Amino acid sequence: MGAIIETKQLTHIYSQGTPFEHTALDSVDFSAAPGEYLAVIGRTGSGKSTLIQHLNGLLRPTSGQVLFDGGDIWAGKGRARQVRCQVGLVFQYPEYQLFEETVYQDIAFGPKNMGLDADEVDRRVKQSARFVGLEPAVLEKSPFDLSGGQKRRVAIAGVIAMEPRVLVLDEPTAGLDPSGSARILDNIRTYHQEKNACIILVSHSMEEVAREAGRLVVIHRGAIPFSGSPEAVFAHGDELEAMGLGVPAMTRVFARLRSMGVDIPPSVYTIPQAREAVLTTLHRGLHKAENGGSQAASDEKGAE
Amino acid sequence: MAQPILQTENLVFRYTTGEGVAPTVLDGLTLSIRPGEFVAVLGHNGSGKSTLAKHFNAILLPSGGKVYVDGMDTCDEAQLLDIRRQVGMVFQNPDNQIVASVVEEDVAFGPENLGIPSAEIRERVDAALAAVGMADYARHAPHLLSGGQKQRVAIAGVLAMRPRCIVLDEPTAMLDPVGRKEVLDTIRRLNREQNITVVLITHHMDEAAQAERLIVMHDGHIVADDKPELVFQNVDGLRSLGLEVPEPVALLYELRQAGVDVPLTALTVDQCAAVLKELLA
Repeated sequence: MGAIIETKQLTHIYSQGTPFEHTALDSVDFSAAPGEYLAVIGRTGSGKSTLIQHLNGLLRPTSGQVLFDGGDIWAGKGRARQVRCQVGLVFQYPEYQLFEETVYQDIAFGPKNMGLDADEVDRRVKQSARFVGLEPAVLEKSPFDLSGGQKRRVAIAGVIAMEPRVLVLDEPTAGLDPSGSARILDNIRTYHQEKNACIILVSHSMEEVAREAGRLVVIHRGAIPFSGSPEAVFAHGDELEAMGLGVPAMTRVFARLRSMGVDIPPSVYTIPQAREAVLTTLHRGLHKAENGGSQAASDEKGAE
Repeated sequence: MAQPILQTENLVFRYTTGEGVAPTVLDGLTLSIRPGEFVAVLGHNGSGKSTLAKHFNAILLPSGGKVYVDGMDTCDEAQLLDIRRQVGMVFQNPDNQIVASVVEEDVAFGPENLGIPSAEIRERVDAALAAVGMADYARHAPHLLSGGQKQRVAIAGVLAMRPRCIVLDEPTAMLDPVGRKEVLDTIRRLNREQNITVVLITHHMDEAAQAERLIVMHDGHIVADDKPELVFQNVDGLRSLGLEVPEPVALLYELRQAGVDVPLTALTVDQCAAVLKELLA
């Protein structure tokens, strides 16, 4: 299947021609398939924010191309603007961008701007409120009277209301408590599944990306050194460590066990996988011990 | 026994709103922290932990009950300056805390306001930057630093006031893994080497696990106050409050649910690996 969003040899240089010239992205080939859930990981300053701002045309490439559905988003006049409705971008701390008098109006802002009629706007506001788990009563409240976690869900609903086929979220769980984070991640998963949307999650938590994403893309110094399944990417533990990224806690526990001589599978990165690996190894060990035990018993008999 | 550096007695706090309705954020909280302790505070958003932190250097004053800093009542305006000298605060967003365009000037801001002679300011700024590992950046522009470096500059700014206690309200929430580690390592070192009392408010269970003492807040009350390895054993209890446990504890908990006899006390990767080795070897 073709990519829904793709960059080809994308280079972005900030302040080109000045003493502050800085190459943030250097010939990056990135692609995401329709319906894919992928995570982008990289240190602060690695270029990941620069990359995602290209995906919906907020930044223009210095050179190279950004393709949506196979077409260059900068090829025709006004195309970048159309793409902005198809590629929804949720920034860091999006709750600071709420501005309307009611939650309803805030969520309706995007679809209204798309020129949809009132009924369609209404349908989308209600549906996206449901996606992020906001009670209908909340819609008439001022967004400023809500808790931090609720505000963030309103902000995400505002982007979802445009029904983007690609939803990009920059650290959507930063600063939230564990249950707030879990709810946001659930909301994203629901949108992913029900709309078959492509999700691009930017996160600093290796545990989070290991649990949520089907594919990881690592960004380091404006390039993509690896991408692939969590298993394949986390196999590069030492390189990730050197890039300041690291691997999930479970992967570190299992690497430590292997270095202590315990025979246990190396590719573990979530708690359910770790649980399975430990239980399997334990049963295998018990089985061996039992066999060994009966052997010893029969030897004893033989000696009598 | 030494006098507590931070103490609350039956502390009550209510915000006043436009409609006059005043939700109670802290509901009769009694707590005592000794000099040199490293205390982490956990709680879901809205549990009252940031409100508590703001009482420790009189940014907020109690609606009821008392808060004492090194024995000084925070309601006593005459002692406000002394209280703020004793307790420094570091907040979540490093960009909101930087006031100058050169790192060392930013760090000097506090002592300058205290009217300290310039030779001593120089000495304090150098010592503070060295203590957070940022001496090489003294002449740099703060806005060009990484998040972790900015937070360390913010900590240096507090250190230059020579406080006995530092209260940090989610100092790593906006940082990447390297930035988080830099800040945590710095905090631990200051606690260990300079005996500075640390109160760390965090959502990261692995950071809370590094403290000597862990306080869990819920709806304006303290619901647990003990060593992290003991608090984190109550996995179901913490989850019912919307909190989590460090990943190693979560794994050991799953194994216990599956009938495997393992202790829940391993908080770190190394401790967890040691428990599993014992089990599997």
